[in-house]
Amino acid sequence: MASHRHLAMTEVGDVAVVRFLDRKILDQANIEELGKELSSLVTQEGRRKLLLNFEDVDFLSSAALGKLIVLDKRVKEHSGTLKLSNIRPEIKEVFVITRLNRVFDIYDDEEDALKSFG
Amino acid sequence: MAVEMANNQWIWHVDEQIPTDVEQGRRIITDLLDQLGKQGWAESDVFAVQLAVEEALVNAIKHGNQFDEQKQVHIACGLSESRLWIQITDEGGGFDPADVPDPTDPANLENPSGRGIMLMRSFMSLVEYNESGNRVSMEKCREP
Repeated sequence: MASHRHLAMTEVGDVAVVRFLDRKILDQANIEELGKELSSLVTQEGRRKLLLNFEDVDFLSSAALGKLIVLDKRVKEHSGTLKLSNIRPEIKEVFVITRLNRVFDIYDDEEDALKSFG
Repeated sequence: MAVEMANNQWIWHVDEQIPTDVEQGRRIITDLLDQLGKQGWAESDVFAVQLAVEEALVNAIKHGNQFDEQKQVHIACGLSESRLWIQITDEGGGFDPADVPDPTDPANLENPSGRGIMLMRSFMSLVEYNESGNRVSMEKCREP
């Protein structure tokens, strides 16, 4: 399994559960690397069920949102499923204001998200 | 209209010219957030300010100054008991904020960029651009 600088991945059944190692996702260079690492889960590691757990994330910029959108497209291109969970209220508000809550499948906690994969 | 007060009316203020370098700007943001914490601002307000100022700073450096290291960014900021005022000026040619597409339009929803100004307007009490578009002034009124 590839090593990653910005995320930690564990497997729960056939779901790749991803947690972020940066509490604040705002530096452009880090966001670029993070985007590549997320994409590689799909394109190189062949993951088709991804859950991004944001419990350890205190802040993210709009550039990070952009990488999530790119990842979502990548997952769909590979007929996979992407879900998000454990997003703190302030960041959840960002998703609501930008209407990205309509693009992403968001759950309050990891357990509910995992159950939804079926 | 975003109003600047005289320096002696601020609890804390900063007025700096920095190079086109995000880390220099983040140093000021970090100081600002520390001050908000010291003054007991609500966590939600601190988040809002960090988000809006971060977006404005990146816009100034990336879109305004085009990452040109020969150009500068001017950051002025004042904090009172109940209000934060911040102004960021770049040396770019400016733009018209009205030309930025609505990122919530279904046609644009899956664009990877274009949300910064909208987030600034949503999280700050007031956001204004000067006529040429190379200066943004923002205010955040403290949550009671």
